[in-house]
Amino acid sequence: MADWAGALRTLAARRVVLLALVVLAVMLLLTALGQWVFAHDPMAMKVSQRLRAPSWSHWSGTDELGRDITSRIFYGARYSLGIGAATALLAVVFGTLLGLLAGFFRRLDAVLMRLVDAMMAFPDILLGIALVSILGASPVNVVLALTIVYTPRVARVVRASTLVIRELPYVEAARAVGVSTPRLLAVHILPNLMSPILVQLSFIFAYALLAEAGLSFLGVGVGAEIPTWGTMVAASAQYADRAVWTLFFPGMAIVLTALSLQVLGDGVRDLLDPRLKGAT
Amino acid sequence: MTPMVSVKDLAVEFGRGAQRVRAVRGVSFDIAPGEALGLVGESGSGKSTLGRALIQLISASGGSVQFEGQELMGLDPSSMRRLRRHMQMVFQDPSLNPRQRVGDMLSEVLSTHRLHMGASRAARIDELLLMVGLKPEHARRYAHEFSGGQKQRLGIARALAAEPRFIVADEPLSALDMSIQAQIVNLLIDLRQRLGLTLLFISHDLDVVQYLCERVVVLYLGRVMEIAPTEALFDAPAHPYTQALLAAAPIPDPAQPAPQVQLQGDPPSPLNPPSGCVFRSRCPHAIAACAEQVPPLVPMAQTGRLVACLRHHEWS
Amino acid sequence: MNQSQPRLQVRDLHTRLLQASGALPLVRGVSFDLYDGQTLALVGESGSGKSLTALTLMRLLARNARWQCTGQALLRDEAGQTHDLLSISSQDMRQLRGNRVAMIFQEPMTCLNPVLPVGEQIAESVRLHRGLDRRAARAQALRALEQVEIPAASQRLDEYPHQLSGGMRQRVMIAMAMVCEPQVLIADEPTTALDVTIQAQILQLMSRLQQQTGMSMLFITHNLGVVAHHAERVAVMYAGQVVEQAGVAELFAQPAHPYTQGLLACLPGRARQLAKQTGRAVPLQDISGQAPAMHALGPGCSFAPRCRASLPVCTAESPPWRAEGSHRRLCHLGEQP
Repeated sequence: MADWAGALRTLAARRVVLLALVVLAVMLLLTALGQWVFAHDPMAMKVSQRLRAPSWSHWSGTDELGRDITSRIFYGARYSLGIGAATALLAVVFGTLLGLLAGFFRRLDAVLMRLVDAMMAFPDILLGIALVSILGASPVNVVLALTIVYTPRVARVVRASTLVIRELPYVEAARAVGVSTPRLLAVHILPNLMSPILVQLSFIFAYALLAEAGLSFLGVGVGAEIPTWGTMVAASAQYADRAVWTLFFPGMAIVLTALSLQVLGDGVRDLLDPRLKGAT
Repeated sequence: MTPMVSVKDLAVEFGRGAQRVRAVRGVSFDIAPGEALGLVGESGSGKSTLGRALIQLISASGGSVQFEGQELMGLDPSSMRRLRRHMQMVFQDPSLNPRQRVGDMLSEVLSTHRLHMGASRAARIDELLLMVGLKPEHARRYAHEFSGGQKQRLGIARALAAEPRFIVADEPLSALDMSIQAQIVNLLIDLRQRLGLTLLFISHDLDVVQYLCERVVVLYLGRVMEIAPTEALFDAPAHPYTQALLAAAPIPDPAQPAPQVQLQGDPPSPLNPPSGCVFRSRCPHAIAACAEQVPPLVPMAQTGRLVACLRHHEWS
Repeated sequence: MNQSQPRLQVRDLHTRLLQASGALPLVRGVSFDLYDGQTLALVGESGSGKSLTALTLMRLLARNARWQCTGQALLRDEAGQTHDLLSISSQDMRQLRGNRVAMIFQEPMTCLNPVLPVGEQIAESVRLHRGLDRRAARAQALRALEQVEIPAASQRLDEYPHQLSGGMRQRVMIAMAMVCEPQVLIADEPTTALDVTIQAQILQLMSRLQQQTGMSMLFITHNLGVVAHHAERVAVMYAGQVVEQAGVAELFAQPAHPYTQGLLACLPGRARQLAKQTGRAVPLQDISGQAPAMHALGPGCSFAPRCRASLPVCTAESPPWRAEGSHRRLCHLGEQP
């Protein structure tokens, strides 16, 4: 299915999805071009300017160390989005592998699913806390922890789809032709798993974003020096009563991005719904 | 003449314990090279299961299947893969990978069996498409861009790509409209003539079987009731089940007799088939002996006909 | 047979699907009559519009789409009053549906609620339309089951759909439709999903019920064998239109429309029969090409692209009705080819 232009058009046909796409596009753009767009250095501390309300020179105000919040948000976006994206990608890769093997090979199913069950026994944040406490606070560890948390979710979905696809007539037909098992998995089953996988990618990105924020807020995230949205929210906690913008703007960044990702995920799922595709 | 396919005492079972289903039991028949053999039965007869077990798509639990003298049961996977080339299947649901271009699908079959590996590949794909009444430019399209009839043609092209000698067609027409069915039937006849294919045609549609096949096997609840040349079977069915089946089939001509109901009630569940002759619970001619033994498939006075009924002498 | 007034008169039925790109005509000017005690078979392949015709009459078109229906469907009740099914209010239609006009479908499993016992589902109809209490309704449901010859009916009342076989579920559906003694029964491919031997039983049952109650039936099918023995009149549909209408014997003996002729020639059963009669081998004819896409219909006859005898006028102008007695066809070709 190489009709990207058409796909994008269909996707954007729903206004909400279009909005989500725009929000994400703007977010990415400003993150990438941040240093040339925003006048202030996100790391520059100016204690005389601390906790200033939003104004023309500081659109979102300044934080407790006088740093411009707006530029920090887009600077911190690199970390937050980076962690979210890395987690989503890794979770999807491992989850797909697990799910595909479990769904296709009956004998592996029992073993792999027990592994998945074990991983799912922990609520996300708890597992994250535990792992980061053991391994130390850093972006890599957070990604690791969250990948472990979200892989089972993907594995389950992929396994369910694999079980269905495995029984479909065209897979049977390919076996009748004599196609080898690896090829069967790669060419006939995996491409048809793309819909649930893409949807999961989007959602996990959103969950990872929120989870990272949560972990950082609790102090077991990436470490206070690194400016992710989570750490910004964490740091703002004690000032929230007199400088609500220190909490509001990073919080909004989290909410908007996560929400947009979820809406996008919904849109992608509807787009790839086979009922909407195809022949008269 | 050695048969191309020889089935002896084939049995296929599913499930365990209380859920054990004997889908196929004690089935034996031969298929001569170049022959079109029809396999008819209603739902629960095991005909689709039989077709799949024949080409080892599902594993049989007993009996033997020989293809050109080579035993297929228990054959090692690599030898089986080599033999697969000669035994292909056409499915009821024209089953095409929605994410694969049609040309790539055909190419895959060729690659799997190492045919036309070089420059002749593209020409062969074009040839296959033309053979089934499609056009070379269709190779670039995806499955959903085709109509039902065209998809079935593609299914046939896929089966032909491996250059098989034997094709199992499992209800290839059931999902198609009447006018399209006729197109596909004519295509199959044409291909058989041109390529000298041997065909096992599985269907519940008696009219098509009568038109297309030379001999017919009638299946009921996993067992063979009767095997006969087509004309003989339809003119003078020897087994009570065949008689009932033919009597119930409506003839598309109001001048001909209306369908008769000879069988009351529903067929028994495959989980719990009757002892002895599986048909006895609905057979208008059943006697006590029918419950005690499974009637053997015996030749009738005329050659070529086999029937599994204790009382067949009385009306043949 | 007393040819009194028709029970249901359908006149110029049009059903259009309203899409962003415009109105897509799917049923285009269908007219027919149903008489008491008689069956009209509506025959066509997929996409011909036969099921949609039935759903339009029952006002059961899919609710997640927008439709435009025009025409009349005049139902004459016992008192001699006519109701136009298409223009009465939804409330009035609901009173008629299941009561005076009933429908049965192809796949009973999807039409029976899996979590309710079948007796319950049959009784629901009687309670609703006849206002009976639980016990009386249950007794009526039992009677309905016995009428459709379900063995051990009293036991079956409390069974769930999944406990019944395909043939039995179809009988239950017939019981549900018949319990209020409707005047018109619309059967949409009721035996297509059944085995041949079960199909014969169900068709025999339906004939018997029709004789007993005198109801009229609209029997939708693509199986010409069934039509030949279970209908008095036939209407052949193609691309949303009725292209030929006649008594059953006449249609099979002298099909007048090229599509009907093509369909009959497609049947292997007929090819074999003709071969037997004439002593020569008769090849199976097919109709080349496929049914037209409904959004791309031209001004002329919709069958023209596939018609062996088409003339230039066939693609230019839409064909007129030609009739010989009660046998009519929508065709430009003057005489019977």
